[in-house]
Amino acid sequence: MAFFLQNVINALQWGSFYALIALGYSMVYSILMLFNFTHGDIFMTGTYIGFGVATALVALATALSWSMPGWLLLVLTIIIAMFLTSILGVVVERVGYRPLREAPRASAAITGLMIGIMLEYGNLAILGTQRYNFPSIIETVTYDVGGVFFTNKKILIVGVALLLMIALHQFIHKTRWGMAMRAMSYDFQVVPLMGVSLNVIAPMTFAIGSALAAAGGILYGMAYPVLDPFMGILLGWKSFVAAILGGRGSILGAALAGFLLGFIEIFTAMVFPSTFRDLIAYSIILLILTFRPYGFFGQAHSAQLRL
Amino acid sequence: MQLTVENLHVSYGQIKALHGLGFSIVQGEIVCIIGANGAGKSTTLRAISRLVDAEKGSHMVFEGKDLLKFQPDKVVSELGISHVPEGRRLFGNLTVMENLQLATFARRDRALIKENLETVFEIFPRLLERESQLSATLSGGEQQMLAVGRAYMTGRKMMLLDEPSMGLAPLMMLSMFDALKEINRAGTTILLVEQNARLALKFAQRGYVIENGRIVLEGESRALLENPDVKKAYLGG
Ligand SMILES: Nc1ncnc2c1ncn2[C@@H]1O[C@H](COP(=O)(O)OP(=O)(O)OP(=O)(O)O)[C@@H](O)[C@H]1O
Ligand SMILES: [Mg+2]
Repeated sequence: MAFFLQNVINALQWGSFYALIALGYSMVYSILMLFNFTHGDIFMTGTYIGFGVATALVALATALSWSMPGWLLLVLTIIIAMFLTSILGVVVERVGYRPLREAPRASAAITGLMIGIMLEYGNLAILGTQRYNFPSIIETVTYDVGGVFFTNKKILIVGVALLLMIALHQFIHKTRWGMAMRAMSYDFQVVPLMGVSLNVIAPMTFAIGSALAAAGGILYGMAYPVLDPFMGILLGWKSFVAAILGGRGSILGAALAGFLLGFIEIFTAMVFPSTFRDLIAYSIILLILTFRPYGFFGQAHSAQLRL
Repeated sequence: MQLTVENLHVSYGQIKALHGLGFSIVQGEIVCIIGANGAGKSTTLRAISRLVDAEKGSHMVFEGKDLLKFQPDKVVSELGISHVPEGRRLFGNLTVMENLQLATFARRDRALIKENLETVFEIFPRLLERESQLSATLSGGEQQMLAVGRAYMTGRKMMLLDEPSMGLAPLMMLSMFDALKEINRAGTTILLVEQNARLALKFAQRGYVIENGRIVLEGESRALLENPDVKKAYLGG
């Protein structure tokens, strides 16, 4: 039982990473019908930005001989890195995707992949092959509740992820920008007739998705501190699968499917040898998608007629 | 002239839809454009809203400003031209109220927005009853009310209407046109596009007849209703 609960916590932690990244895929797809294949590498870049911000803050605190409390360091790192990474998202939209808005979707997808490769090798070119370690930020404390062992970091990771998802939900349902995003997901051609500029809503969506990926990256760095320019590939693709599983363009679906992915992976690993984990986990997901090709909350419908 | 369109050319890829079309509207008028399926009525409205590109040499001026210099959202928010598209195109995943609110996205004149909203609910009391209902679940008639109400909320000086009679029962159709008259009396210019020529000509002061992307006839509505060619082609003999 204790072992089971421990795995639930692990699954929630991995689910948090997947969900935070999957949200970015889903949001962009929902408003532009576009799979942003740069997103995994935006996650990677966001993690490095988080690493840079945290390192700089630690250095700054040391220089001022001030022992900055861990929580403050974490909050500042997340906020600043989210902001900086959102700028990257805006640039990717502006430079990579906007010129291709009327082009076939395949052109946009290929462009996205190429920008991703540029981010990976740009990172390698600038930072070299040396592996960097994410600063520890918060000291690890291990709790033992009735034989279930877990760390404060895991709780923090899941908590911050949930908090961000709630904030996103509020934004989408309570603000006029959120309303415009929802409208765009239904029928983006009519949105300009409401006096809403697509060139405001599209970059904003990229910004939010990228910021969430950066937050995911920092949380990931807290749990798995070794950074790698190619760390965004596998996590990116898996989160993309989560976005599809949730239903193309469904925000709630992406979040839930992210967690489901975490559970499937962890519990497969509980039963099978770890080398079998992804083979079996993704066979299960393929099977689910065979029966629900539009995912959990996806719709075959779309009001995307021509005006 | 509030709106002048001259030599308007529009193509969809290889297909040429408008061949140098022209017309004009005075502030406060109700003008209709009638024509058969595929004549280019919707394309004309889309060109004014800048949803499709007009070709070189096309000329459109709204209140002295070159309309071709404006992005689609600015045509609405800066020039004040609102467009009720063919088939209504409501945001079915938003409530009635949210559809109306979204139309005020670029507006900052809160007091006036509130007043406009009250006007919409006065003209279409049904919308107030259905305020928090998802617009996808409205009846066809209610959807048309919301489409017009939404266009009203953008703060329009001119309203472009693409076949507002489509799919409405006769009684509903009449009350819809009464509502549009009311909106017009309060100062909104109306450009109406219709296949239902009789209805449109009874409603409008002036009309244009469009065939294959060209204006072939124009005049006072009364004159067009009596015109033998119009009678034969559009009024059933
Ligand atoms: N998105 C499009 N792609 C290609 N051709 C189009 C497109 N939209 C319209 N057309 C063509 O342009 C011409 C004019 O179409 P338009 O929709 O303006 O006609 P309409 O007068 O509004 O007709 P209806 O009464 O059926 O709505 C038609 O020949 C049509 O096939
Ligand atoms: Mg039409």
